[in-house]
Amino acid sequence: MENKNTVREIRLEQLFPEVINKKMNEWRFVQMCACRTPDGYELSYSFCKYYDMETLRLVIGTDDAISSITQVYPCAAIQENEAAELFGVKIENMSVDYHGKLIRIDKETPFKEKG
Amino acid sequence: MAKRSVVPFGPQHPVLPEPIHLDLVLEDETVVEAIPSIGFVHRGLEKLVEKKDFKQYVYIAERICGICSCGHGMGYCESIEHMMGIEVPRRAQYLRTIWQEMSRMHSHLLWLGLLADAMGFESLFMEAWRLREKILDMFDLTTGGRIIFSVNCVGGCLKDMDSAMLKAISDTMETLYEDMRPMAKTFLNDFTVQSRLKGLGVMDRQTALMTGAVGPMLRASGEPYDARLLGYAAYNDLDVQPVTETDGDSYARCKVRIKELFQTANLIREAISKIPEGDIAVPVKGNPDGEYFMRIEQPRGEAIYYTKGNGTKNLDRFRLRTPTTSNIPPMVEMLKGCQLADVPILILTIDPCISCTER
Repeated sequence: MENKNTVREIRLEQLFPEVINKKMNEWRFVQMCACRTPDGYELSYSFCKYYDMETLRLVIGTDDAISSITQVYPCAAIQENEAAELFGVKIENMSVDYHGKLIRIDKETPFKEKG
Repeated sequence: MAKRSVVPFGPQHPVLPEPIHLDLVLEDETVVEAIPSIGFVHRGLEKLVEKKDFKQYVYIAERICGICSCGHGMGYCESIEHMMGIEVPRRAQYLRTIWQEMSRMHSHLLWLGLLADAMGFESLFMEAWRLREKILDMFDLTTGGRIIFSVNCVGGCLKDMDSAMLKAISDTMETLYEDMRPMAKTFLNDFTVQSRLKGLGVMDRQTALMTGAVGPMLRASGEPYDARLLGYAAYNDLDVQPVTETDGDSYARCKVRIKELFQTANLIREAISKIPEGDIAVPVKGNPDGEYFMRIEQPRGEAIYYTKGNGTKNLDRFRLRTPTTSNIPPMVEMLKGCQLADVPILILTIDPCISCTER
């Protein structure tokens, strides 16, 4: 069975319309992943419908703040908190914001720097 | 007016094999809100991918968790193999499938034992774990390990099974199939089990989908999603049919796992009957460059392995979205409106694996 597994780049202002569109079309949210780049972060939001998977890719600067998608997909809260705590991604308006206390570790944003 | 109070649940609790904490907001004895909190045993294993050779990292991936060890190694390797365009020998794909399906049986039997224990049904707990021992013996026979048994490598498998081993597994599956029947009958028909599970934590299909439920959680609500149908490893040669139930309650989740036990025993025998001769690994040249999202069906549900290479021996990123990470939001949803006394059973019905979640 051949199934879609694609990555599509989007701009910051497209994030909400795209996410709402996914919700309206009954795509389920499956994962959110942060990855460090030389100038900031690469954020991947993956959605599945049946066996197809599409990942929306957003590239942001280190100091850029993004809005949480938990207003649309509340189930993204834990993964967004994880990205914020481990990488230092600035995510605003999370439906449940642990304020850095989700993962009980001493080091702040341990995944932010390489090595 | 009902009295409102907050009851901390966990991180240490008799029903929890691993630490997770919940703040339960109660109105009298009814849960109105549950706020989960994890992170007690976070190990930062994803970060190690920047320091270890991508081939060495397989050993770390396999140690993310004991129960899903084989699947984590397989998911990581398959992700790298897709990224590098490596054609894994067919025999290796069958071997991976056999070990992964035995892991599924071992995981489900472990869960059934824990469930029986949580209900105070000790003899049923002993029976489930007695049957699980037979699977662990097969791991021991074929790999030398009982829980973590490093068998995966990028490009194939590290170990092979000879015909005597395959026959031993096939015979064990045949015996287990019969031995599991009385246990399954008790789980599905016993009054105590039914009174604790039926109608508890009901989740409809739409809620399960939109809260991110995966695995038996999702299938028990009527959604026939099983990532094995994506056809990775040898699953495209096997007769995989998603096991579903429609009631969406704790009993349905139990029923799905029990039916999957029998299905898995058949799949293992089918794989053994079809396994081809040949190499078990191919040499891997060069370093990974690019990225890939790999989905596999772990015993607890769909897991996603993301790998991103940069042309060197160290990856830029490895990310694992575990089934439990995805099943926590539906669990929180399920807890709303339940009685405090039912909380332990409801938490168990997602089959939480905190080691995976705290990778």
